[in-house]
Amino acid sequence: MLFTSYEFLGFLAVLVVLYYLVPKRCRWMFLLGASYLFYALAGTEYLAYILFTTVTVYYAALRIERNADRQTAYLKEHKGQLTKEEKKAYKDRQKSVRLRWILAALLLNLGILAVVKYTNFAIANLNGILHAFGEAFGKGESRQFSFLDLALPMGISFYTFQALGYLIDVYRGTVRAQRNFFRFALFVSFFPQLVQGPISRFGDLSQTLYAEHAFDKRQVSLGLQRILWGYFKKLVIADRMLVGVNAVIGDPEAFQGAWVLVGMFFYALELYADFTGGIDITIGIAQTLGITLQENFERPFFSKSLKEYWRRWHITMGTWFRDYIFYPISVCGFMQKFNKFSRRRLGEAVGKRLPVYLSSFVVWFATGIWHGASWNFIVWGLGNWAVLMVSETLEPLYDRFHQRFGAGGTGYRIFEVLRTFLLVSALRTFDCYRSVPVTFRMFGTLFRARNWNILWDGSCLGLGLSPLDYGILAAGTLLLLAVSLLQRRGSVRERIFAKPYPVRFILWYGLFLTVLLTGAYGVGYDASQFIYNQF
Amino acid sequence: MEELMEILQDLHPDVDFETEEHLVDDKILDSFDIVSLIAEINENFDIAVTAKDILPENFNSARALYALIQRLEEEA
Repeated sequence: MLFTSYEFLGFLAVLVVLYYLVPKRCRWMFLLGASYLFYALAGTEYLAYILFTTVTVYYAALRIERNADRQTAYLKEHKGQLTKEEKKAYKDRQKSVRLRWILAALLLNLGILAVVKYTNFAIANLNGILHAFGEAFGKGESRQFSFLDLALPMGISFYTFQALGYLIDVYRGTVRAQRNFFRFALFVSFFPQLVQGPISRFGDLSQTLYAEHAFDKRQVSLGLQRILWGYFKKLVIADRMLVGVNAVIGDPEAFQGAWVLVGMFFYALELYADFTGGIDITIGIAQTLGITLQENFERPFFSKSLKEYWRRWHITMGTWFRDYIFYPISVCGFMQKFNKFSRRRLGEAVGKRLPVYLSSFVVWFATGIWHGASWNFIVWGLGNWAVLMVSETLEPLYDRFHQRFGAGGTGYRIFEVLRTFLLVSALRTFDCYRSVPVTFRMFGTLFRARNWNILWDGSCLGLGLSPLDYGILAAGTLLLLAVSLLQRRGSVRERIFAKPYPVRFILWYGLFLTVLLTGAYGVGYDASQFIYNQF
Repeated sequence: MEELMEILQDLHPDVDFETEEHLVDDKILDSFDIVSLIAEINENFDIAVTAKDILPENFNSARALYALIQRLEEEA
């Protein structure tokens, strides 16, 4: 059931009404039922996957915590009776028990994710290698493995990461394990965030998910307004832009040179409106129910560097990779030894950077492949890694340049923002062309372009978008920009909420009518799936 | 504490670590800084800062970081 379907709007309307009708203490249980219904409607065969993750992570977390509590009690009981060595040996034994539990749960759940998401990618690569060997050794037709018919359960990447984040937090002792199985099941399956995140932390979400929320007109209004804003981004901008993106990217033979630039900017805008719009709907639904979800974006296209952009785009994914992959790898025993070794051999300046670059490589490879089982995403991830590492290495040089030429004024900041936008958009292009070689070839045609005139001679009107569509896109983009600028001084919705009723009515009713009248649905359009659904 | 201050000043000579209380929250220290810092601290204080210790409250100020080092030294 897509967020953009009429069925979903009906589901949501009934859900919100019933939610506030059931007794307050039962509301979280009602949400659990609604979340499983939402999931079952996507395909009952997928229920087994989410249940498996819920059960295994719930049980492993309890066992880990029980072991840690037992260790604390034992050490307290025998305080002063154990030698330092005995204490250490006991702690090591208990730690290995906890380690076994967490490894088992991690392997099982990441294993399932790997099988359903990456098996066919592995088969495709294996077939490619076998084919290349066959050709090289003149053996004619090489053996080819057939693909498996594996459907990707909805939101598996999101709920698996969310559940494993909780498990690692329990292992680290930063949160207490949830003893009530059904409450934990709601944490894993809370329906608005199943589709495309944000990836919540148990420590944050548990504060608000199980609370007894009374009906609060203000919260419900603000939530509904955010949902409407999300639909505006998705239906008026993203889905309209999709028509142009599909036309340009879908036919790389016909659309080369300057068209690549058109496709690149169209896709950047489409992805931004699609993903941030989807998250607005998600957070808005939660707010309508009285639940606070973590923000996933902080006006990312105002970033002055790629590093800053990644702190402001898909924040919950970035911090997940940082806290659960980058930090553990960077500070593990092996990496600490490698750090000493590289500093001794290569000197302080280079030696201390090398381990960090290596950990970052792993993180960006994982980030790439998490987004999709294809080389496009891997190259996109590693492209980001390469730019970040070059920037990090050259930072002292940039600083000297900035000091020497006094760069730092408004003009230079605008230049930095535009440069970052261009860089991000160029890297994103790897996601959308059908293969990595095609993407490189298309970039090549950009530099040999003799067709810059397509930007102003009306050729863009041949992409399936009318002048009215371009007008709506331009106005919509300007509105996005204006709202982003206003957000620098706090929530725009809160400020509108403080205005007199007629002003609020005109603004929100105007937006509602805009979505209704200019949303990309009806004849010739089909409200599309959110891009991040497939991750 | 002096040794720690030297490590911090080497990392960011422009920051006043005596008074700064929001090193992580205000994004003065990023993830690369934290990892570099841990490598230095582990080597100089002969302790092992692990991923579970990387919490904003342990890295937000020089004082908090020193408290973490002392705790890990006691546990070692």
